[in-house]
Order: sequence, then structure tokens, then C-alpha cells
Amino acid sequence: MGVEGIGASVVRKEDRRFITGKGRYVDDIKLVGLTHAHFVRSPHAHARVKGVDTSAAMKMPGVVGVLTGQQIVDDKVGNLICGWAITSKDGTGMKMGAWPAMAPETVRFVGQAVAVVIAETKNQAKDAAEAVVVTYEELPAAADIRAAIKPGAPQLHPEAPGNVIYDWTIGEEAATDAAFKAAANVVSLDITNNRLVPNAMEPRAAIGEYNEAEEHFTLYTTSQNPHVARLVLSAFYNIAPEHKLRVIAPDVGGGFGSKIFIYPEEMVALWASKKVGRPVKWTGDRSEAFLTDAHGRDHLTKAELALDANNKITGLRVKTYANLGAYMSLFSSSVPTYLYATLLSGQYNIPNIFAEVISVYTNTTPVDAYRGAGRPEASFVVERLLETAARQLKVDPAELRRKNFITQFPHQTPVIMAYDIGDFGASLDAAMKAIDYAGFPTRKAKAKSEGKLRGIGLSCYIEACGIAPSKAVGSLGAGVGLWESAEIRVNPVGTIEVLTGSHSHGQGHETTFCQLIAERLGVPISQVQIVHGDTDKVQFGMGTYGSRSLAVGGTAIIKAMEKVEAKAKKIAAHALEASENDIVIENGEFKVTGTDKSIALPMVALAAYTAHNLPDGMEPGLKETAFYDPTNFTFPAGAYICELEVDPGTGKTSFVNFVAADDFGRLINPMIVEGQVHGGLAQGIGQALLEGAAYDSSGQLLTASFMDYAMPRADDLPSFQLNHTTTLCPGNPLGVKGCGEAGAIGASAAVINAITDAIGNNKLEMPATPDRVWHAIHG
Amino acid sequence: MYETTYHRPSSVDEAAKLFAQGSEAKYLAGGHTLIPVMKQRLASPSDVIDLGKLKELIGIEASGDTLTIKAATTYYDIMQSADVKKAIPAIAHLTSMLGDPAVRHRGTIGGSIANNDPAADFPAALVSLGATVKTNKRTIAADDFFKGLFTTALEDGEIITAVSFPVPAKAGYAKMRHPASRFALTGVFVTKTKAGDVRVAATGASQNGVMRVPAIEAALKANWSAGALDSVKISDSGLLADIHGSAAYRANLIKVMAQRAVTAAG
Ligand SMILES: Cc1cc2nc3c(=O)[nH]c(=O)nc-3n(C[C@H](O)[C@H](O)[C@H](O)COP(=O)(O)OP(=O)(O)OC[C@H]3O[C@@H](n4cnc5c(N)ncnc54)[C@H](O)[C@@H]3O)c2cc1C
Repeated sequence: MGVEGIGASVVRKEDRRFITGKGRYVDDIKLVGLTHAHFVRSPHAHARVKGVDTSAAMKMPGVVGVLTGQQIVDDKVGNLICGWAITSKDGTGMKMGAWPAMAPETVRFVGQAVAVVIAETKNQAKDAAEAVVVTYEELPAAADIRAAIKPGAPQLHPEAPGNVIYDWTIGEEAATDAAFKAAANVVSLDITNNRLVPNAMEPRAAIGEYNEAEEHFTLYTTSQNPHVARLVLSAFYNIAPEHKLRVIAPDVGGGFGSKIFIYPEEMVALWASKKVGRPVKWTGDRSEAFLTDAHGRDHLTKAELALDANNKITGLRVKTYANLGAYMSLFSSSVPTYLYATLLSGQYNIPNIFAEVISVYTNTTPVDAYRGAGRPEASFVVERLLETAARQLKVDPAELRRKNFITQFPHQTPVIMAYDIGDFGASLDAAMKAIDYAGFPTRKAKAKSEGKLRGIGLSCYIEACGIAPSKAVGSLGAGVGLWESAEIRVNPVGTIEVLTGSHSHGQGHETTFCQLIAERLGVPISQVQIVHGDTDKVQFGMGTYGSRSLAVGGTAIIKAMEKVEAKAKKIAAHALEASENDIVIENGEFKVTGTDKSIALPMVALAAYTAHNLPDGMEPGLKETAFYDPTNFTFPAGAYICELEVDPGTGKTSFVNFVAADDFGRLINPMIVEGQVHGGLAQGIGQALLEGAAYDSSGQLLTASFMDYAMPRADDLPSFQLNHTTTLCPGNPLGVKGCGEAGAIGASAAVINAITDAIGNNKLEMPATPDRVWHAIHG
Repeated sequence: MYETTYHRPSSVDEAAKLFAQGSEAKYLAGGHTLIPVMKQRLASPSDVIDLGKLKELIGIEASGDTLTIKAATTYYDIMQSADVKKAIPAIAHLTSMLGDPAVRHRGTIGGSIANNDPAADFPAALVSLGATVKTNKRTIAADDFFKGLFTTALEDGEIITAVSFPVPAKAGYAKMRHPASRFALTGVFVTKTKAGDVRVAATGASQNGVMRVPAIEAALKANWSAGALDSVKISDSGLLADIHGSAAYRANLIKVMAQRAVTAAG
């Protein structure tokens, strides 16, 4: 309904302020009496803190306070928590080591905070931080998974012998082993899923403010989920009770998962604001972002596929080691387990699946959810295996996939997920048509005559979004429910405010959510304002991650709208002296069907608030709240095909074409969806070709700046060809699935499949840098 | 950044005088190397003396057999210069591949060679073309100017005023960009002088910074063609190895980039 409703590519409302530099980020906020924090961080990957001498720093110009790890322990500030309990196969719980916000005794990764200096200016804080003398006794470090699980490896936490946090399994081991025994063919692959640094454009920042008279705290922070931040800070960190803590996440410049978590710096800013009696601001710089933002991925996997004589898949067996870094970040435990292994069935009918996941501590930055969170890793395993199988069996990779596609829905996989709907063949067809798959051999031959190695690679991904049914995730160990809430306020003049728990930090909610209202009421989106990011304004919310905002947050808005409409119709019917069943809403008016009688929305709203003439017994006002708990995950899926050329002289990859055919269910704003897919593809391609966090054996981060960590740039990427095939999600009234992560989930396998096809060597790790590709060609 | 005193002198002489007065002074040109290092607190000059606005250090002159680029001329101005494109188009090409637009609009040829980053592009051009570095005190042949990683023949306080390039018969530059920084993972500059001599310099490859490549020079002297290098073997000893490229890969790049540079040179 209306030109700005569902399906309209409306220009993003929020872009005006972003593009003109008028956004208001945490660092833009200036408070009276503001002080500035700078952290003293460990230069060592593993060391005992023998002493912290702050006396010289305390005497430096402008210094307001110097606080240490011991003080945070003395003040009984809680250790950082992990919000998802994973049980090992032997029935024991996770072996979790303590993570104090600043290290009193032991540092376990380079960049870990040991002390904080608070001063009148940032520069003074930095000067004084250099005068804090920390005496370390260096310890041997385990810088990667292999080093951490070696016999005799350095021990990170006494709680986790052998550095193993848990050894978890899913699926039926015996049945899967039997499938492999009976298999006509077995395909196996060793896979490294490279570690990534999220690099949101805005580095993390926090301001803590304490009002002594009110005993009330305010935290301004770069968060994807301010309510969860408040909940965790109050319930576990012992800094302030929930009703005495307001968390505000204003404009946030990207997150990609890295801003879900509660980090030491915001805890310290809050705690320190009370200690020094002044507001404390910390704004991270890019170097701190590299060292302390939770990293993503970092798996070592052995994967095997069993097939029968007809090339039907009969089993999948996976063993994965996941690196969680030096401490367990907020949702780290769930990422390589329930967000990963539950998607190992891919788009395929696989009767037997067994996966074992062993998560380990290493002396590296903590690892947690990053765009896709577990699903890119799963999709990469499945799609690399399928491609490898096709090559080994000498069958067309598209045909092998098609032969094994799930075609009946709902489909229960052996790894928890019940896919509700999809049409995988349709996506594959669309992608193959868009790239002219049939014409590839001719193009390859032509490229060869020009000295170029051309390859084509497929990736048919599926993922789970709309996280998640609270009861289901609760039974799997989650510490929170994953519903969402919305409040719709129709103001007395008929303008509308939508208060949502879904935080927007690049996703375009301020436009898409308005379109949902425009669709139902037929009002222009300029009449609607989205309010989010402030625990004092918004009732509650679980935040933005896992492509859940539209499927869960959007549905909560619809549920609240239904209540608003029902009441508004009663008011309109009363005013028009008609039956409420005869009232329809069109173009911002409430009409009596089949008559020319109508009343405009502002008049209905005004009537609700003047309350001069409401139906008997009706409460005044027009404002409704809904909490929505999803019934299932949603399952976006699609097919990506990448065609590229490799220069055999340099190993450099150049894209010829990249096509995507995604099924996201109903599209509310196709332009925003395209933007989300472009960004996701850029990150997926970035992982495949460019990005890789590397540590040396002592645990120093070698890729600690953009001079060594290769972020994708526009000229690294092809011009994407996007297509959509649609099956409407039956699980929510909008029929939507989620689109925020798909690109990052599906792209990397397509790229690696294409390069390995081009060079005729399947052994290639990500990032497939020119150096690695050249070595794969020339040995 | 630590506190520092910023100066904007109006002549090279005044700049040198200010330098001598400072306890630990530094010249500033485009600032694309110096400023990041200062921001990271890895440098703490007492005084920063800005050469970037000095008129006598900006400009390009082509006269007969020589192309002279003054020290504080930006990459962008070099890239756009009709004189450069006419006299030594390989230099215009080199600057077009250097960094990104922001770097090209600020960075200067003087700053680049004074810094002598082992992966910088200009050192290869200077060595291959047999350029001369002019300072406020003397002239230095390119072969004597670059002294290994981040080290040059410049004395304390000495100011580069210009670089003079003899116009060659042919010259070409080919570069494999570092995937993250866009510096040269390996770049090779090839020159055939008007006297028929061949000089080839590689950057980004050696542990000691810019290097001549005698094997390639010999092969090209015998036969100026990309094909002449097919059978040349480049040793990887002494070459850089890091996460972006092994020594063997860089050895390969020296040859492949040399071939492409020869093709570009015509
Ligand atoms: C993102 C990025 C990408 C880059 N990519 C490349 C690349 O691809 N290729 C490449 O070659 N370089 C690259 N650079 C480096 C760039 O070229 C620098 O600008 C250059 O190294 C220094 O030049 P500048 O004018 O900025 O010097 P500044 O930073 O101002 O100075 C550098 C040093 O030179 C000294 N100096 C400057 N001018 C003089 C002079 N006239 N006499 C004596 N000493 C002087 C200064 O005291 C200082 O020590 C890159 C830099 C960045 C930030």
C-alpha cells in the first residue's frame, strides 16, 4: 500500500545525516567535566604481572586517576561472562577461565588492559600511561590452535587443562560411521577457516557518567544491543543495578557482530566514572580495534563426505578445532557449536551427520561472532566438500548439488534445524542462467589462449536467521531469550513513533521499519520516526545480530501495529457511527467500506487523546506494545557463482563475473537488501582473497594495521549481478527471512572453488593471496 | 602525538637554519610517512619544519636530455605533468600506481626518497634511470644515495631540493601491489639509456631495499625483449619473506615484473 510501503526502494532516511557528517556518535558527545581514559596494555601475549607502579603517572600533568586491575578486583567488579553454556560430550560444563576487566595477575593476549589512566585530555592520558611501570614476567605463549593442543603446551587457564574449553558433539556418531563404511566413495578435505578482524568503520567507544546525588549511571557506548549491555552490566558485573543504569547506543558506525559484546573498556569507563567522580570517555583507535575487538572465524577442520554409487550423499563427518582466543567472549561458545554445526546439512539431504567441535584457548584476542558467525564456516565446509566431490567423481558440480538438494519442506536435518521452506533448484537455475554456465568451457578455452587460467566456482549456501525461539535456545544453553519488542506510539497529531529493541548501525532500519508502517496505514514514511538505542526510551530489546531485526524485530512491530489498528478502528467506528468490522484503512484514512464516510488518522489519534468521545470503557491514548518470540529460525538460502581468471605469472586473481541468486523471502526495500548483499559479498570475498589475521609464534599480531591487514577495497571487487528467487517464509507474517549476512556466508566458497578450478589444484588456503595461489600453481 | 613545534620557513636556507637550532628537528613534506609515525608516538621530533609549501622546492622542468622534479612536488602533480609524460612516461605511470588518491595528492618525491622505504616505488626509478639527487649542499648519484633500509646518504639536516633524471631511450615500470598497503610487493623499473646501457632496479624485494638486478640487465643488454628473460633465474637469497610473499615468490616477481616493464617500455 502506498508508494513507500513494502517493496519500494525508498532512499534511506538516515543517509542524510550520515552523508552530511551530522551523525552523532559516542565520540561526538561532550559532557561537562569530561575526562579521557587511556589504557595501559600488555605488550606480551602471555605474562605474569609482577607489579604495577602508578606513582610517577599520578604526578603527571592533567592526571585525574590511575586505576589498576587489582582495584577492579578489590571493588568486586565481576569477571566478564560468557552467555551460552556448552556441555561437553562427557557431560561436563565449559572449562572457563576468569576474565577480569583489567588484568591483576596474568595477561593472556597482546593488548589486554592492565591499568587505565584518566586525565583532562586524551594526550595527557597517553603521556601518563607511558609513565605507568608494569613489571612482567614473560611466559611461553600458545599462539594458535596447533600450539595450544600440543602435549606440553603452555597452559592459559588452570580451569582448562590442555587449553580445551569443551569437546562437544552433535548428530549420531555410530550411524554416520556406518554410512562411511558402506559408502561407494569418500571425499575428505582439510580446511582452515582464516581468522578475521571485523574493522567496523567506527572504533569502539564508551562514556561512563555517574550522578552521585541520584546514584545513577549512564553509559554511552558503541553497542548493537544496549539493553543486553545493561542487563549484563547489572546482573553480572556489579557496577549498577538495572534501574540505576541507562545505556545509550547513539549512531554506531558498523558492528558486524563485534559490538554485540560487553568489553572491558566500557565496564571500566562506567566503574571509573564513579571512582573519579567525573564522566570518563574512552575512544579506541584503530590499533586498539585490531588488538581488542573480538576477532572472527579461526577454525581447523577435517571434513569427510560419504556418497553411494549413485552419487547420493549418505553421510557427513566433521571434526573442528575452534580458536576462542585468550578468554571466552560473550557469545563465543555458541558460534562454533550451535551456530555452526547445526548448518552442516547445507542445502542437501544428508541422512547421517556427526560433528565434533573442540574449542581451545590460545594467547590471542578473544574470538566471537562476526558477520555470519558460524554459518560462513559451515557453508564453507559443505560447499568446498561438494565441489571437491564433484571433481573427484568427475561429475558436474551443479548436477551433483542438484541431485542432493532437499526438495520437500519442512525438512528435518540430523543436526537440529528444521528447514521450513526453500527452492534451492530455482536459485541455482537463476544463478547459472545469469552467468551463462553452459558457455563457460568456451570462455575458459579462449582465456587459455590468452595465457590466463579461468575458473568457475559454485556455492549453494543456507543459513539460519531470525534468531531465535527463546525456549529452543534456552534448552540448548543460551542465557537469554531471543524475542524482540516494539512499541508504537501514535501521537495526538497523528505522527507515529516506533520504539524498537533492534539497534540500527548500518542496516537501514530507520527506513525499512517506517515502510512497514507506511504499508499498513498508507502514510508517508516522513510521518514515522524510529526510536532505538536508549534503554530509557525503549521498553526492552535483544538487539541486532544474526540478521534477526526484520524477521523478529519487524514482526514485533507488526504485532504492535495490529493492536494499534484494532483500537483505532474502534475509535473510528465510534466517530463514524459504523461497525468496526466495516472499517478499512487506506492512504492514512479510516473508511467505512462501500460508503464515502471516512476519518483521517490524525483525527482518530486526536480523539484517542482528547478522550472526549471514546467508546464506553475505552482507555484514552493510542500506544501499544508487543513482544514477539519467533517460532523457528528463518532460512535464507541461495546460489552464488563466481567466474575469475588467475594470472599464472603472479598468482593474482581477477574477477570476470560474480552472480548471486538469493532467496530472502519478501523484500521490504530491495535497494537496502542489495546494499546488504554487496557488503556481505565484499566481506566474503575479503575473507577468500585478502583478509587474514596472522600472529607470530610468540603471539604478536603481525596484521595489526591496514598496512598489513588487507581490507577489501572497491577496486578489489567485481560489479555484482544480483538476482532473487522467492519463497515466502511461513514462520512470520511478513514472510521475510533476513539478508544481512548471506553474502559473507556464501561468497568465500564460490571464490575458492573458482580459483582451485582455474589452477587445477584443490589445496589452497584462505586468504588466497597471489603468493599462495602462485605457490599452488608452481609448487 | 607528543608535543612539537611546527615551523613554516620561507626558504630552504631558513629551513636548514631552523633545523640546526632544533634539538631533534624533522623536515615535513607530504607527511604521509612522518605524521602516522608521530601519531603512533614512534617519533617525537622537537621541531617539525615544513618544506611542503616552499615554492623553490615545487615544480618540474624538462630541458633537453634532463627531467628535473623538485623535491616537494606531489605525486599527483608528477602524474599529471605533460613534461613527465613526454620525457619519461614510465615515471607518470609509476606515480599513477603509487598508493591511493589521498597519498598521491600529499606525498612527495623528496619525502619518498629521503624515507627510502624498502617497498617504495621511486627508489627503483632513480636507480634504474641513473638519476642524480640534488641537495642544498651537493649532488649525489642515485647509486650512492640509497644505503639500505630507511637509510640514505643524506647528512643530518641536509635537504633534498630536486631529482634530475637523464631522459632514457626506453623505460618501463611494472609493479605487483602489496595487497594491503599498495606499496610494491615487488616493482621493477627497466631502462635503456640513450648510450645503449641497460639498468634494472627492483624494489620491495630485497632485505636491503632497492637493488640492481645484474642477471636481468645482462639478458636485456643482449636482447631487449620480454622473451629474453624467460630463461633467467633469479636467486631468492637475501630477498624479503613475510606473510604477503615468500622469497621464492618475490624472486619470481622480479622476473615477471621485469618482463612486463620491458613490454610496457616498448
Ligand atoms: C596508505 C599509504 C600508501 C602508500 N603507498 C605507497 C606506494 O604505493 N608506494 C610508495 O612509494 N609509497 C607509498 N606510500 C608512502 C608515501 O609515498 C609517503 O608519502 C612517502 O614515503 C613520504 O613522502 P612524504 O612527502 O609524505 O614525506 P613525509 O612523511 O613528510 O616525510 C618523510 C621523511 O622524509 C623526510 N623528508 C621529506 N622531505 C624531505 C626533503 N626534501 N629533504 C630531506 N628530507 C625530507 C622527512 O623528514 C621524513 O623523515 C604510502 C603511504 C601511505 C600512507
